[in-house]
Amino acid sequence: MFAYVVRRIIATIPVMAVVALVVFSLLYITPGDPAAIIAGEQASPADIERIRASLGLDQPFLVRFGEWVWQLLHGDLGTSIFTNLPVTTMIAQRFEPTLSLMAVTLCLSIAVAVPMGVVAAWKAGTFIDRLIMAFAVFGFSVPVFVIGYLLAYVFSLEFEWLPVQGYTPLSQGVGPWFENLILPAVTLGCVYVALIARITRATMLEVLQQDYIRTARAKGVGQHDILYIHALKNASVPIVTVIGIGIALLIGGAVVTESVFAIPGLGRLTVDAILRRDYPIIQGLVLLFSFLYVLINLAIDLVYTLLDPRIRY
Amino acid sequence: MDRRTLLKSVAGAGTLAIVGKFPTPALAQGAAARTLRFVPQANLANFDPIWGTQYVVRNASAMVWDTLYGFDDKLQPQRQMVESEEISADGLTWTFRLRTGLKFHDGEPVLAKDAVASLARWAVRDPMGQMLIAIQQELSAIDDRTFKWVLKKPYPKMLVALGKNNTPVAFIMPERIAKTDPFKQISEYVGSGPMRFVKDEWVPGAKAVFEKVSGYVPRQEPASWLSGGKQILVDRIEWVVMPDPATASAALQSGEIDWWENPISDLVPVLRKNANILVDIADPLGNIGSFRMNHLYPPFNDVRARRAILMAMSQDDYMRAIVGDDPALWKPLPGFFTPGTPLYTEEGGDILKGKRDLDAAKKLLAESGYSGQPVTCLVAQDQSITKAQGDVTADLLKRLGMNVDFAAIDWGTVGTRRAMKTPPGQGGWQMFHTWHAGADCVSPAPYNAVRANGDKAWFGWPNIPEVETEIANWFEAKTLDEEKAAIKKVNKAAVDNVVYAPTGFFLSYQAWRKNVTGIVKGPLPFFWGVAKTA
Repeated sequence: MFAYVVRRIIATIPVMAVVALVVFSLLYITPGDPAAIIAGEQASPADIERIRASLGLDQPFLVRFGEWVWQLLHGDLGTSIFTNLPVTTMIAQRFEPTLSLMAVTLCLSIAVAVPMGVVAAWKAGTFIDRLIMAFAVFGFSVPVFVIGYLLAYVFSLEFEWLPVQGYTPLSQGVGPWFENLILPAVTLGCVYVALIARITRATMLEVLQQDYIRTARAKGVGQHDILYIHALKNASVPIVTVIGIGIALLIGGAVVTESVFAIPGLGRLTVDAILRRDYPIIQGLVLLFSFLYVLINLAIDLVYTLLDPRIRY
Repeated sequence: MDRRTLLKSVAGAGTLAIVGKFPTPALAQGAAARTLRFVPQANLANFDPIWGTQYVVRNASAMVWDTLYGFDDKLQPQRQMVESEEISADGLTWTFRLRTGLKFHDGEPVLAKDAVASLARWAVRDPMGQMLIAIQQELSAIDDRTFKWVLKKPYPKMLVALGKNNTPVAFIMPERIAKTDPFKQISEYVGSGPMRFVKDEWVPGAKAVFEKVSGYVPRQEPASWLSGGKQILVDRIEWVVMPDPATASAALQSGEIDWWENPISDLVPVLRKNANILVDIADPLGNIGSFRMNHLYPPFNDVRARRAILMAMSQDDYMRAIVGDDPALWKPLPGFFTPGTPLYTEEGGDILKGKRDLDAAKKLLAESGYSGQPVTCLVAQDQSITKAQGDVTADLLKRLGMNVDFAAIDWGTVGTRRAMKTPPGQGGWQMFHTWHAGADCVSPAPYNAVRANGDKAWFGWPNIPEVETEIANWFEAKTLDEEKAAIKKVNKAAVDNVVYAPTGFFLSYQAWRKNVTGIVKGPLPFFWGVAKTA
C-alpha cells in the first residue's frame, strides 16, 4: 500500500508538468494585456509599453516559461503582477475561506444526501421517492446564484437569522465561523446533494435486489440494519467515486457562491486574476487545483480499500 | 423570474429589515461606531498611485498620501502641504515652501527632498508632468522646507498640475520610496496623509484597512475635496470589496456596511425605500461616454464617414442604455468638456443636437467611399457601460447600412486590441467603446482622449493640428477668459473633425446609512469629515 501511494504521488509529477505547460501556453496566446489595465485609461501607448517591459511581458515565450519553471522548481509560484505580493501569500490568504466552505458543504451534503438516497431507494416508486427525486432535479437545475439570492432573501433579510455576506476566520470562534458559512454551504451544496442522492438511490436499488439482502431479511434483520449496514456499505464505492468527482463541481460552484456571499476565497481570486490577466496567480491556482484534484483521486482510491476488502493495490 | 428581477426582489427585501436585529460582527458597539465600512467601486488590486493609475488606487491613496496642493470643489488648486509659493518675474522659477509639522507615518519629517523625489517620479507618468520635464531646467531642494522648480519657459498651469485630482495625482512619499522606478511598483507604504494603510490586513480582492494617524496635522481651513483640513472622525476605515451589487445592496440595508460608492441604478429605487439609507449623486462631474473611431483606416480615415456617425447617432439612446430612464442621471453632450465646469462649451456642437438625420448621414457615408466593407467594432461585454454602448452602436451602424463585425470580447482583450495599429482584418479595429470620468474632461491637461497629435494621441490616433494648436494656446493662457476662448476653438475643431464620438454625459449614485454623516459629492469619495454614530 505504501509503495502504491508513493508511486501515485510520483506519478503526479508528469501530470503537473503537462498542466503547467498547457496553462502557460494557453495564457500566452490568450488576448489581454495586464500592462494596459495597470496603466489605466489615460495612459499613453508608450507608458503601457514601458510597463509591459518592466514586467517582463515583452519577453519571448521560452524565456518567460523558462523563468517560471525555474521559480517553480525553487518552490516559488511567482509574484502577482498587480499586487506585488507573492502568489503563495495570496493563495494562503484565500485558502481558509474556500477550504472551510468546501468542508462544510461536503459534510452537510453527505449528511443529507446519503440518507435521502437510501430512503428514496427503500421507498422506490412511492411519493417519498418522487419527492426526493424532484428535489434532486431542482438542485441540479436551479443556478447556484438563484439559490444563493433566495436563501439570503429568506434567512438574512426576512428572518434576520444569518449574515448576508462575509467570512469570519475560524480563529475568531466556531460560532461566527459557522454562521457565515451556513447559507453559502447550503447554496453550494444543492447540486452536490442532488448528485449524491441520485447515485445513492441508483446504487442502493441495485444492491437491495441482491440475494444476500433477501437472505438478511429472511433471517429477520431489521430494516435499518439492512439499509445502512448491509446494503449501504456495498453500495458505497460508486457513491464515494461520485463524491470525489463532485469536488470538482464544488470548486467551480465556489466561484459563484463566493461572489454572491462576498467570501474572500480562491474562487473569487481566480476570477479576478483571469479578468485582470494576472498570469502568475492564474498559473499558481490552476497548478494548485490540479494538484488537489490528483490528491483527492488518490484519497478516493485509498478509501475503496477500506470499504471493499476485495480491492487491494 | 429573470436575474434582474431577482436582484431587485432580494435587495428589496431589505426594506423590511429592522435595524439592530441583524447579527453583528464581533465588534463592540463603540468600536463599530469608530469603524466605517465602505464598499468601493472596484477591487484595490495594487497600492501605488503612480505605477497604477486606476481610480480606485487614487481614491485609496488620497487617504494615505497628502499632496502639495489640492483641488477644491470649484476646481481651483489650494495650498495643502505647501505653506507658500513664489514665482519669479520671468515666470521661470517656482519656489515652494512646505508648512511646518508635516510628518510621514513612520514619524520622519516631510522634507523638501521628499517632495522633489515624489514630483520627479510623478512627472514621468503624468501628462502634465511630462510637459514639465520637457521644459525643466532644475528641480531641487534648497533647504529642508524649500525647493525650487526652474523651467526653460513659463508654465502657467503649474499649480493645476500639482493639485489636480486626475490620475496620477502628485502624492508626496518619502524620498527612499519615491526613488522607485515609476514603471515599477513600490512595496513600502509610508504615507503623509491622514490615514495609514494597514498592509498586514490587506487581502487584495476582498479587504483593505486604513487607520487614523494620530500625528497628522490637518490644515485649519474647512475641507473641500482634496484641499483644506482633512479631519478624520473615525478610527478605522475598512474597504470591503463586493463584486455582486445585490449583495452590497443587501449588506447596506442590513447594516453590515455603511457606505456604498456606486450602487447600480437598478437597485437605487429599492435603496430609496429604506428609511435608514440615503441616496445621492456621487460625483457631480460625472462621466462622458465615448466611442472612438480608428483614424488610420477606412472608412473612418475620412472625416465624412466620422461626421456621418455624429449626424446619425442619438445620445438619448446611448444614455438610456447606460443609466435607464432616470432623467436626473444624464444629459446630452454636444461637445467634449464636462458640463457645469468653467470651460464647458457647446461651440461647434450643432451636429450632435436636434433631430437625427439618418438619410443625410447615409449620403455622407456614401460620399466618403464606404461601400459595405466590414467595420470591426470592439465591445467589452464585462463592463456594463461599454456593453450598453456597443449594442446601441451596432444598431446604429446597421441602420446606416454598414456591415458590422461585432467583436464581443472582455475588457482585458479590448485593452490589447485597441493598441494595435494593424489593419482591422489583421487584428486591428475600427471602433471601440469606453467612457471618461468627467473630472478628467474639465480641461485638456488631464484629457488624453481629446488630444489629436497623431501617433502620440490616444487610441484611434487622430491627427488634427487645429485641435493641438488650440490646446497649446490653452496651456499658455493666463486668464480664464483666454482659457475659455481657446477651449471653444478646441471643441469646435474636435467636433468638426470628430476626434471621437461623445455619447453623452451621465452621473451615478452613492448610498449610505443615515447614521453616517459628512459625505460629500465629489470625483472621489472623501473620508475626511465623515462621522458615524452607533
